[in-house]
Amino acid sequence: MKEKKLIALGFEGSANKIGVGVVALDGTILSNPRHTYITPPGHGFLPRETAQHHHQHVLPLIKSALETAGVTPDEIDCLCYTKGPGMGAPLQVAAVVVRVLSQLWKKPIVGVNHCVAHIEMGRIVTGADDPVVLYVSGGNTQVIAYSEGRYRIFGETIDIAVGNCLDRFARVLTLSNDPSPGYNIEQLAKKGEKFIELPYVVKGMDVSFSGILSYIEATAEEKLKNNECTPADLCFSLQETLFAMLVEITERAMAHCDKKNVLIVGGVGCNERLQQMMQIMCSERGGKLFATDDRYCIDNGAMIAYTGLLEYANGASTPMEESTFTQRFRTDEVLATWREKESAKV
Amino acid sequence: MRRTVGRFELIILLEEIIMETDSEVKESSLILIKQGAEARVFETSFVGKRCIVKERFSKKYRHPILDTKLTLKRLNAEARCMSKARKLGVLTPLLYVVDAISHSLTFEYVEGASVKDVLLDFGLHGIVEERMNDIAIQIGRAISKLHDGGLVHGDLTTSNMLICKDTNRLVLIDFGLSFTSTLPEDKAVDLYVLERALLSMHSSCGNVMEKILAAYRKSSKQWCSTLNKLAQVRQRGRKRTMVG
Repeated sequence: MKEKKLIALGFEGSANKIGVGVVALDGTILSNPRHTYITPPGHGFLPRETAQHHHQHVLPLIKSALETAGVTPDEIDCLCYTKGPGMGAPLQVAAVVVRVLSQLWKKPIVGVNHCVAHIEMGRIVTGADDPVVLYVSGGNTQVIAYSEGRYRIFGETIDIAVGNCLDRFARVLTLSNDPSPGYNIEQLAKKGEKFIELPYVVKGMDVSFSGILSYIEATAEEKLKNNECTPADLCFSLQETLFAMLVEITERAMAHCDKKNVLIVGGVGCNERLQQMMQIMCSERGGKLFATDDRYCIDNGAMIAYTGLLEYANGASTPMEESTFTQRFRTDEVLATWREKESAKV
Repeated sequence: MRRTVGRFELIILLEEIIMETDSEVKESSLILIKQGAEARVFETSFVGKRCIVKERFSKKYRHPILDTKLTLKRLNAEARCMSKARKLGVLTPLLYVVDAISHSLTFEYVEGASVKDVLLDFGLHGIVEERMNDIAIQIGRAISKLHDGGLVHGDLTTSNMLICKDTNRLVLIDFGLSFTSTLPEDKAVDLYVLERALLSMHSSCGNVMEKILAAYRKSSKQWCSTLNKLAQVRQRGRKRTMVG
């Protein structure tokens, strides 16, 4: 009998994006549609409304994912979903959908850690073998490296995530949330010229952003009123400061664990200025930067499907009664069984 | 000389001496021994002595204003805090020269392996209990001396600790992120950085941190507030599973 290619259907709904992806074990993405909940300028997304948005869009997304991929439910080997971390109400949508489908289609479930999914997707798309990973998004900021069976966190934010800091500053300037507040800050920052000094907070391997946000929130209005600077200058200075901190802790993690290459994942990873700064740092150290574009950086179903499939191929699945979701789920709680086999092969 | 080192007046004097012996300095070649995150470390000789030159380079990825500010701040911090640590009775390399123009420090060469290498070796070939305990106690004591003296190292990782080959004594290096503070918060974060570095690199060596903290507690006068704060700092990482 011909060996069948394993195929997984993945559901992501941990924040304001709902995504469904169909992926084969070799990393081929058969389809990966998603829909983003966009709020009016000056507003963030709240759990309840976001969950309602996900409810409205999940079924059409499943249909279009299967259609584009050209697969029937019969051909799917497992159903993967984001178990955490993320916002409770939006997470619930994917968890419920996956349980229903599991019973309808008689397919096993695999619960996936969102952060690990970002890393695995980045690795397969870029071909980065054993990089230091900078995972930056609206909810997470971590510097991660694989060591002894787990993805270990070397440095992280001790308060808010970097994306959250940017998003909330975008609200102060009432920038549009379409396609994302971070993208609009990035575009505005390109016009910035004057560098305004902001606090720079690196605590050991960790960073802290909340003080910077408070400072810029408190001073922005007055500075703008007195014509001391433009909104573009503020965006520029904020990005320069935040990203310098991120590149610094990434570099320290590289020096600490003797790794040459960096992989940037997560929504803020699309930012070209961050990629550029990281690129400069990497080439100074004789290393390489691996980064992806918005198709894979931003939350999507395919990354969940692929990571779940890796676990499934290694014999793991989540029983129905354990197919819950959780807002708190650390990257280093997951035993990366597939990585052990990879290194055994080498 | 040992007692007065750390005073900038003396360093300026020393610099003048070097100017005179400049030809000699130039002749002795600079050998790059390590490229760190912020500085290149060279081995060379200084008036006939084997020494280390640590040159902070500007980081091209940073905005020039931010870069100048951080590089100078850290150069100063390192020079001051290295000398202050010595006064507090913690071994650090002896500082010879501060050069604010090339952003470089020249200090004594300490021969010996880093604690990181020693622990990694333990991980590979089995732990030598006696040596492990000795190192942990020395680390705990050294940190407590710094903290009681109001000095926070800021980057306590096992790569920044050396075991002197001849005396087997612990030498702390890399004070670029050091600062003076008496707040329990800063001291607790200092310990937390070490704890995380140990966990992420040396989880096969057993609970080294516990031994370090035991020694810290014995030797520090202000251990109570610092360790209470440490318990709070540990809860700070995001997405942690919490009970209750």
